[in-house]
Amino acid sequence: MSGPSDYQPTNPALKWIERRLPIMGLMHSSFVAYPTPRNLNYWWTFGAILSMMLALQIVTGVILAMHYTPNADLAFKSVELIVRDVNYGWLLRNMHAVGASMFFVAVYIHMFRGLYYGSYKEPREVLWILGVIIYLLMMATGFMGYVLPWGQMSFWGATVITNLFSAFPYVGESIVTLLWGGYAVGNPTLNRFFSLHYLLPFVIAGVVVLHVWALHVAGQNNPTGVEPKTEKDTVPFTPHATIKDFFGVSCFLLLYAWFIFYMPNYLGDADNYIPANPGVTPAHIVPEWYYLPFYAILRSIPNKLAGVVAMFSSILILAFLPWLDTAKTKSSKYRPLAKQFFWIFVVVCILLGYLGSQPPEGIYVIAGRILTVMYFAYFLILLPLLSRIETPRPVPNSISDSVLAKSGKAVASIAVALIAAGALLVGSAQNARAEDHGDSPPGNKWSFAGPVGKYDRGALQRGLKVYKEVCSACHGLSYIAFRNLADPGGPGYSAAQAAAFASDYKIKDGPNDAGDMFERPGRPADYFPSPFPNEQAARAANGGAAPPDLSLITKARSYKRGFPMFVIDAFTQYQEQGPDYVAAVLQGYEDKPPAGFNLPSGSFYNKYFPGHAIKMPKPLSDGQVTYDDGSPATVAQYSKDVVTFLMWAAEPHMEARKQLGLQVFVFLILLAGLLYFTKKKVWASAH
Amino acid sequence: MNPDAATIAAGAPIEVDLTPIASGQDIKVFWRGKPIYIMNRTKKQVEEAQKVPLKDLPDPQTDEQRTKPGHEQWLVVIGICTHLGCIPIAHEGNYDGFFCPCHGSQYDSSGRIRQGPAPANLAVPPYTFVSDTKIQIG
Repeated sequence: MSGPSDYQPTNPALKWIERRLPIMGLMHSSFVAYPTPRNLNYWWTFGAILSMMLALQIVTGVILAMHYTPNADLAFKSVELIVRDVNYGWLLRNMHAVGASMFFVAVYIHMFRGLYYGSYKEPREVLWILGVIIYLLMMATGFMGYVLPWGQMSFWGATVITNLFSAFPYVGESIVTLLWGGYAVGNPTLNRFFSLHYLLPFVIAGVVVLHVWALHVAGQNNPTGVEPKTEKDTVPFTPHATIKDFFGVSCFLLLYAWFIFYMPNYLGDADNYIPANPGVTPAHIVPEWYYLPFYAILRSIPNKLAGVVAMFSSILILAFLPWLDTAKTKSSKYRPLAKQFFWIFVVVCILLGYLGSQPPEGIYVIAGRILTVMYFAYFLILLPLLSRIETPRPVPNSISDSVLAKSGKAVASIAVALIAAGALLVGSAQNARAEDHGDSPPGNKWSFAGPVGKYDRGALQRGLKVYKEVCSACHGLSYIAFRNLADPGGPGYSAAQAAAFASDYKIKDGPNDAGDMFERPGRPADYFPSPFPNEQAARAANGGAAPPDLSLITKARSYKRGFPMFVIDAFTQYQEQGPDYVAAVLQGYEDKPPAGFNLPSGSFYNKYFPGHAIKMPKPLSDGQVTYDDGSPATVAQYSKDVVTFLMWAAEPHMEARKQLGLQVFVFLILLAGLLYFTKKKVWASAH
Repeated sequence: MNPDAATIAAGAPIEVDLTPIASGQDIKVFWRGKPIYIMNRTKKQVEEAQKVPLKDLPDPQTDEQRTKPGHEQWLVVIGICTHLGCIPIAHEGNYDGFFCPCHGSQYDSSGRIRQGPAPANLAVPPYTFVSDTKIQIG
């Protein structure tokens, strides 16, 4: 559109098409010949990264939608079945869930780049506003996507966020009823969120087309903020920007792969592995990390309507940036004051994000209010003020002039990248263990921890024995089928052994031709039967507390790691909070509660159970289960084995995940290296 | 896109038998997807609730306005915090009423907001006494 296109195909078939629909010429002028400023740095690769992430989310999402059931009674199980039974379902699910987070990482960097370099200024105002619209659509899509698995956090996050709209006078209640499709968050809500979650990404794609069109009309901004003046200032998009984008994409894919294969649940919440329960509110309702700053702003204002207005304003204010910051100098590189305040603003956003994850008590409330004021002050007071009073440094004459006077910045950023990568590598090699902090569960050495962790076959088989002889009296394991015992990466039984194991069980089946239900011996395709027919029976038999199904227990439990541990955990790959917690509870019973502790009758004192009063009596004692392989028959050994078994039950494909991860990492590192050297060669002529 | 006919039908009125609820006890029933607390309040709780001066209440309502005449010991409220929709826990908090664990709102023995970010008292659903021991909600 705005590039010099002299594209004329020689092939007669292509010529025929080109005359009727000049799409090849369009692609050529937009992405091949298109003049790109020659001084763009790597912050400019995030547009390509975002396009790739949108495509990836749509592809993985469409495939997931083939297996997902958007019904309140079936959704949670359908997601687990995708992860367990669909070929590479675990990979699709991880890619999509982690992909959403990566999408937001990229969009925030992309937006901060725009803020720093003044990419929203004239003539790019519409481009910027289209970007804000895309961001809003992304937030809606992400919110609805998180509701779909129908876990506790899905349900309660939906309840809290849809309730926000009731703050609006007159129309509020009607809006909320329309969102819910009923009198509370329920099945109609899930169904319509699924429909809209499928729709919005295509709306996003449409707005992205407009966004790229607007970009091509104005041309790209660049780190100096000086528009290209001559041909010497630009290079053709292909091969220069293309190869740089590919390299940037490959580095981003490394970060993406790190989470997909090695830390898939780090960015999520353990509570979402508990099926949604409208009668039980989780202790801490927290949205996904990318909403946390806005959640903090919402909670900072004690008035309901004002809080909602503040939260929406904090996003909408971005659209007004071109008119709030009217300084002529685009790039903060030449605006020393603006540059400092920009970095302070970045810190404010990060701190707001941290506060959004904390309970709104004490000092967190005060800090939240101060930071909210600082957030709005940056846009409403500081930027307009700086436009008037700041004396910028002189900008270079042209892009090519600034390129010739190169600085050593490139070396610094490579050093940063190398240090970060090094930290990740060193961190993963550490033996990541939980710290011992009083009531925090003690760390354990798990065979499945770390990047090359594997399930100890012996532990899995012994753990199965402990489950069968002790736990199965009260706890179900309904997501595990007998055939899973013969799957690779599991306890390692043969198919015949699994069939024999199954036939020991009596499974209810029917109706037969007479219309009656009957019992038959179990088959490999059957699932472990639950000890109680429904939750009410489970409660009645256990003093009012229903024993939870154990299929996902090691992923559904966690404990607070606190700062800075949760940052360090990302590098050491510590994700065994669940297993450490479960093992601690199993061994944490004490006969005598400490003095002054009021233990309700019918409960037992446990050191690690939140609130310390647990309804389950001590399940394990020494010598209770006989081991055939000579392992010690102690509570500690039983706990270790049964928790290893339960970790496998929660994630049967862990070994495949880590193995594929290693292959993907090797591939991506090689790819990134090759792309880097190709990029250097392509650009050698341009310098 | 408003609630369909089946959803509305599922929200038809329900009858609840009060005889199993002893004095000082409460039960939780679901109606229209919402949890409803039915509390059999002790004499002490009723007196406390009736004595609270209106000026102490962020959302002023007398206890009599929230109960049925002749059946003052029965408190029927929707167990949804008027702040952001979490379910408050009964028999907790400093006012012998409800405590919402999400953001710390505290309600008294009449389900009225006393402290915390919630703007309004716990809602009272439409209900009537079919007999002394049975109510119809809805």
